[in-house]
Amino acid sequence: MATAVIGTQTTDVHAGELAYPGTARLGEKGLGLFREGLAEGVPIALGYFAVSFSLGIAAKMSGLTLSQGVVTSFLCNASAGEYAGFTMVAANAGYLELAVMMLIANARYLLMGCVLSQRFSPDTPVWMRALIAFDNTDEIFAVNVAHKGDVRPARALGLMALPLVGWAGGTAVGMLVGGVLPKLLVQALSVSLFGMFLAVIIPPARQNRVVAGVVAVSFAASLAASVAPLFSAAGEGVRTIVLTLAISAVAAVLFPCPEDDAEAGEA
Amino acid sequence: MGSMGWGYVAVMAGVTFATRALPATLIRSKVTNRFLRSLLYYVPYVTLAVMTFPAILGATGVPAAGAVALLVGIALAWRGAGLFAVSGACCASVLAVTLLAQAL
Repeated sequence: MATAVIGTQTTDVHAGELAYPGTARLGEKGLGLFREGLAEGVPIALGYFAVSFSLGIAAKMSGLTLSQGVVTSFLCNASAGEYAGFTMVAANAGYLELAVMMLIANARYLLMGCVLSQRFSPDTPVWMRALIAFDNTDEIFAVNVAHKGDVRPARALGLMALPLVGWAGGTAVGMLVGGVLPKLLVQALSVSLFGMFLAVIIPPARQNRVVAGVVAVSFAASLAASVAPLFSAAGEGVRTIVLTLAISAVAAVLFPCPEDDAEAGEA
Repeated sequence: MGSMGWGYVAVMAGVTFATRALPATLIRSKVTNRFLRSLLYYVPYVTLAVMTFPAILGATGVPAAGAVALLVGIALAWRGAGLFAVSGACCASVLAVTLLAQAL
């Protein structure tokens, strides 16, 4: 780094770095990484604001208060998980039912957590690992692991800052004005989460025929289950749990992923 | 609701944090069981697909609008559009189809 600075003193960034010699260097570097993360988080935060708006409507309909809904959103930052959770809350589900549903809806984070665990440098303290994992959403995970080498805590923290605000803010606005918006607009916004889900599952389906087949089978099975007499009576939460485990297990037996694919696919 | 409300908040936040943080903090070596790895690999796709369809058809007042949103979303995501673009296009197509249905 020092050699590069000497060799290219003309650029502003390097000149700035020269102005903070010695011990200040580390802090500057951390701040730079944090800012880099912040910038990467801007589009994610904007997207989250839009989709968490309809989560706010779902939270409102579930009967939670404004503060309860916003705190839930801030602490969860999980589209599918929150959507499933608010649906259960609206149905006055028990805590255990809700916990099982959240676990199923968030099951993918177990794998992402495993991948993330492999990317921390050995000297990253446990509390920092937990803090970064706290906001290990699909999109933030994707950005973090797309960087070469170990996850840099400063950059990871910068990355999650704005999306957290966007997510909680969108939920608040959705809960506050979702009820007074024209019905037409609310109907239109109600598909924004589904759009987000499609943006997560379709690109990998394009690259991997097995994933494409799994998605198609899931669509068909879900449709069949929603009209089948016994199954449709079981409720949406139970249907999602049963279908997810059954289809994933069958796919895992028939098409076990090659050793490195599980990570590559998720990233 | 009342006292149940904050309990719901705690359960949702607690389980979400646990699924994200436990593997990331406790697991220091690779998951080697191939079935487990494969299962976890497929779970996100199946869960999100199952939650999307046919629910998207019933999400709006007009099933046809939901169907168009689904097709538009798949087409755009297939072509590599981002989260925000796909989501926005789905909403816009529902708006367009609903307005069209009302006009007819």
